[in-house]
Amino acid sequence: MTRMSRRRAPLVFALGAWGMAGCGPLNTLARDGTTGSSETSLGWFLVIVSCVVVLIVTILVLAAWARSRGRQTRDDAVFSGSSGLPWIAWGGVVIPSVVLVAAFLFTIGTLDAVAAPERAPAATIQVIGHQWWWEVRYEGAGEAQGVVTANEIHVPVGEPVRLELSTSDVIHSFWVPELAGKTDLIPGQTNTTWIEARHAGVFGGTCGEYCGAQHAHMQIRVIADPPARFRQWLVDQGAPAGPASDPNTADGLRVFMTSGCANCHSIRGTRAGGAVGPDLTHIASRTTIAAGALPNTQGNLMGWIVAAQAIKPGSDMPTIAVPARDLQSLAAYLETLK
Amino acid sequence: MATIAPISTAPIERLHETWESRPGLYGVLATVDHKTIGKRYLVTAVIFLIIGGIEALIMRVQLAHADTHLLSPEAYNQLFSMHGITMMFWYASPILSGFSNYIWPLMLGSRDMAYPRVNALSYWTFLASGIFIYTALCIGQAPNDGWFGYAPVSLQPYNPGLNMDFYALGLIFLTASTTVRAINFIGTVMKMRAPGLSLNRLPIFVYGTMTASFAAIFALPALTAGCVFLYLERQFHMHFFDAAQGGSPLLWQHLFWILGHPWVYIIVLPAMGMVSEMIPTFCRRPLVGYPYVALSTIATGLIGFGVWVHHMFATGLPAVSMSFFSGASFLITIPSAIAVFAWIATMWLGKPVWKTPLLFAAGFVVLFVIGGVSGVVTAAVPFDWQVTDTYFVVAHIHYVLIGINVFPVIGAFYYWIPKMTGRMMNETLGKWNFWTMFIGFNLGFFPMHIAGLLGMPRRVYTYPASSGWGTVNLITTIGAFLFAIGVLLFVINFFVSRRKGAFAGSNPWDAGTLEWAMESPPPPYNFAVIPIVRSRLPLWEDQLGDETPGIIPAEGRSHITEGAALAEGRETFGTSPLEAEPLHVLHMPEDSLFPFLLAIAMLATAYGLVFSQWWLAILGGVGMLACLVGWLWPRHLATGERA
Repeated sequence: MTRMSRRRAPLVFALGAWGMAGCGPLNTLARDGTTGSSETSLGWFLVIVSCVVVLIVTILVLAAWARSRGRQTRDDAVFSGSSGLPWIAWGGVVIPSVVLVAAFLFTIGTLDAVAAPERAPAATIQVIGHQWWWEVRYEGAGEAQGVVTANEIHVPVGEPVRLELSTSDVIHSFWVPELAGKTDLIPGQTNTTWIEARHAGVFGGTCGEYCGAQHAHMQIRVIADPPARFRQWLVDQGAPAGPASDPNTADGLRVFMTSGCANCHSIRGTRAGGAVGPDLTHIASRTTIAAGALPNTQGNLMGWIVAAQAIKPGSDMPTIAVPARDLQSLAAYLETLK
Repeated sequence: MATIAPISTAPIERLHETWESRPGLYGVLATVDHKTIGKRYLVTAVIFLIIGGIEALIMRVQLAHADTHLLSPEAYNQLFSMHGITMMFWYASPILSGFSNYIWPLMLGSRDMAYPRVNALSYWTFLASGIFIYTALCIGQAPNDGWFGYAPVSLQPYNPGLNMDFYALGLIFLTASTTVRAINFIGTVMKMRAPGLSLNRLPIFVYGTMTASFAAIFALPALTAGCVFLYLERQFHMHFFDAAQGGSPLLWQHLFWILGHPWVYIIVLPAMGMVSEMIPTFCRRPLVGYPYVALSTIATGLIGFGVWVHHMFATGLPAVSMSFFSGASFLITIPSAIAVFAWIATMWLGKPVWKTPLLFAAGFVVLFVIGGVSGVVTAAVPFDWQVTDTYFVVAHIHYVLIGINVFPVIGAFYYWIPKMTGRMMNETLGKWNFWTMFIGFNLGFFPMHIAGLLGMPRRVYTYPASSGWGTVNLITTIGAFLFAIGVLLFVINFFVSRRKGAFAGSNPWDAGTLEWAMESPPPPYNFAVIPIVRSRLPLWEDQLGDETPGIIPAEGRSHITEGAALAEGRETFGTSPLEAEPLHVLHMPEDSLFPFLLAIAMLATAYGLVFSQWWLAILGGVGMLACLVGWLWPRHLATGERA
C-alpha cells in the first residue's frame, strides 16, 4: 500500500492565529512556500466556516441567556409555544448540508491535486524508523550511492523528492509540518510520500505516532540546499571517513574500537561496522545528536556517551564508562568525521 | 392481555416489604434494586473521574514547563495511558449507565429493569475490573501504550512487562460488564414500559441510552476480539499483529477503531439525551422537534459505525477509501446539527429559568459545537494529516468528552440528585461550580488547539524550550487546575446538600416526565400503582391543556395515581415493544448473592491469567461455572404465585 502526498501548503487555522506566526520550529501555521494552492484554500475554508459556526451558536446561546436572565422564579406555567421546526430545517439541515457538501467536494479535489508531484522526483530517499531515531539512505547510482545518515534529510531546493518510509520495529510517523503532513511508517509495508522545499533552510519535524518511552525525543530535520550544494553534500557523505590525522584522534579511534561503540555503530573506512545505531561516518556534519535531543557540540557528545540513559532513558545507547582522557580523545576523533 | 383494575389505595406496606432489600451485609451484596445499583454506579464512576483527573493534573504539572523531570518517561506513559483508559472506559460510560439505571424504571413507569440480577452483575464486574486494572498501577506495571494500545509497540518484544496484559484482560473483563448492561437496557426499553408509553412517547434520554446500548452490542466484540488476540500474541506467541510472521499491525487499528469511534457516540448520546430532558424543563415548554431529535440520535448511532477509518488517514490508505470515510465523517454532522438547533430553538421559544442544570446544559451546547467543528475539520484528509496525533486532537477530544459528557453529567447531578436524595443542591454554589468549570475548561483546553497547530505532538513526556510551546502549556495547566477546583466545588456541594439541602418534594423543578411522579427519594417499589401513560409529558398534561398538538391524544389523560397495584410479590408489567400494551405480569427475581460471587470468580480468573497462575485461573473458572449453575437453578414457585 502506498500513498503519494505532496508538500503541504499553508493550512492556517485562524483561531488563535494571532501572534503565532514564526513561533517555534514546528509551526504548522508558517509554511515554506507558495500561497494560493488548493490546500491553503481548503484550510482557510475550514477555518472560516468553523469560526462562523461557533460564533453564531455562541451568540444564539448567549442571547437566549441575556434575554431571560432576570427570571429566577418559577411562576411561569408550562406552555406549548410554536413548533420551532424552521430552526431545525434551516439551522440543522439545509445550511449545514450545503456547507458540508462544499467541504467534502473541496477535500476530494485537494486529495486529487496533491496525489503526485508535477515533475519526476529528483531523488528517492529511504527513511527507516527506529526506536528512537531515523535512518536515512539515499538510493540510486552516482554520488548518492552508499550515502547513509541519520535524523537529517538533505534535499535540493525546488525539486520534488520521493520518500520511501519503512520501519525496523514499531509504528512511527514522518511529519515535517512545513513540508508534509503525516505519513505512518508501518511494519510490513512501505508507504511513500514526497516533499518539495521551495526555499533553502532547515525544516523541523518529529515522530507523529506514539512509539514507546522516548517518542518525545525522535526529531528529524529536513535541510534544503541549492542543488549544486546538495550534490556536493552527497559526494562528501558518500566518501568513507579519512584516517586519523594526529595521535590524539588516533587514540580516539582506538577508544571507539575498544569501548564497544563499534558493536552498534558504523564508520565507513574503519573496521567499525555495527548496524544497531546510527551510521557515524559523518557525524560531525550533523546539527544534532540523539535524534534532536541535543545540539551537536563536543561537550554534548561527551555527555551523551557517558550519560545517555540520563538524557534519553530507555534508548538503546548504553551509558559507557570511559576514562576522562579517553573520552576527550574519542570526542576529538568524532569531531573530525565531517 | 392483563386487565387493569383501577384501585384507589395501594397496599403500600406489602409493596414495601416485598421490594425492600434485607438489611445487613447480605442485603448490601445481594440487592438487585436498580436505584441502589444506579447510585453505586454513579459514586464509583465519580471516583474513577477523580482518579483519572488526578492523573491528568500530575501530567499537567510535568508539562507546565519545558524540560521538566518530575516524571520519568515510563511513569508519564503509564499515567497518560491510565488517564485515557480510566476516563473512556471506567468513567464516561459507567456514569451514564448509573443515571440510566436509576432513572429509567422511574421514567418508564416500571418497578425494575428487565434483568435485575444481570444488572447487579454488571455493577460488580465493573467494580472488579476497575480494581483489576488499578492493581496494575499499584504494582507499577500499568498499561503504558495509551488507551489505543497500538501494535506492535504493545507486543512483547517492545513491551515485556505485564502492562499490556493488564490492558487486554482488564478490557475483556470490563466488556463483560458493558455487554450485559447493554442487553439489560435493551430488554428494559423493549419490554418494561408502563402501559401506553409507546415508542413515540419515550424521553430522548431513553433514546440516547437505547442507541448507545445497541451500538455497544455491535461495537464491543471488535475490541474483545482485538484484546483476546493481543493477549494470545503476548502470552502464547501467536501472530495476529506481527508483520514479520504474517500478521498485520493495521488489523489492531481496524479492530480498535471499529469499537473506538462508536464508543465516542456511546459515551455522548445518553448525555445529549439528558440535556434534552433538562432544557425543556427549565425552558418551560416541550422540546422543539422531538421526533427529529429522537431520529437523529438513532442516525448518529448508525452512521457512527461508518467513520472509524478517519482515525487512520495517515496509514497509507488508497484515496478511494479515504474519500468514503471522509464523506461519512462529514455526514455525521447533520444529526448533531439537528439536535443543536432543537436545543437552541427550545431556549429561544421557551421561557428559560436559569437554574444550575440549565447553565450546564447551555454551556454544553457551546462546547459541543466547538468540539464538533474541531472534529469535522479532521474529516478533511489533508488537514487531518497535519493535526492528527497533535494537541489539536487532544483539544478536540476533550471538548467532546468533557463538553458533551462531563458538563451534562454535572448538570444532570444537579437535576436528579434531588430525586435521589430528597434534598436540593445549593444554587449559589452551583453557579460558582458552573462558572469555575466553564472558565477553567476553556482556559485549559482551548490553548491546546494552538499547541497542536504549533506542532506539539501528543503523548510526549516533555518538550524542549526551543519549541515555543511553553506559554500555551502553562496556560493549559492553570486552566486544568481551575477546572479541577470546579469539580471539587461540585463534590462539596453534594456533601453540603446531603446535610443541609432544602427538601425537594416529589417534583422540585415542575418537570413533565414520569420520574418526578413519586416522592423523593423514591420508595423501593417506585410506583404504588403502575401508571397508564397517554402522552410523552404525563405530568405537564394539565398545564399544556388538550389543544397542544402532538402531546395529548384523543383517548384522554395519563393515570398516575390509579392503576394496577401488582402487589403479589415482585411484579410489574411486561409490555409490547412498540405500543407498550401490557402483555404479561412479570414476576421479578429476588435478591441474590450469585452476581457478586460470579464477579469475584471472574476477578480471580483475571488475576490467574495475568500472573500466569493457571491454577487460580482454573479455580476461578470452576467458580464461575458453579455460580452460573446456582444462579440458574430452577425454583419451585409457591402455589398461586405467577411466573
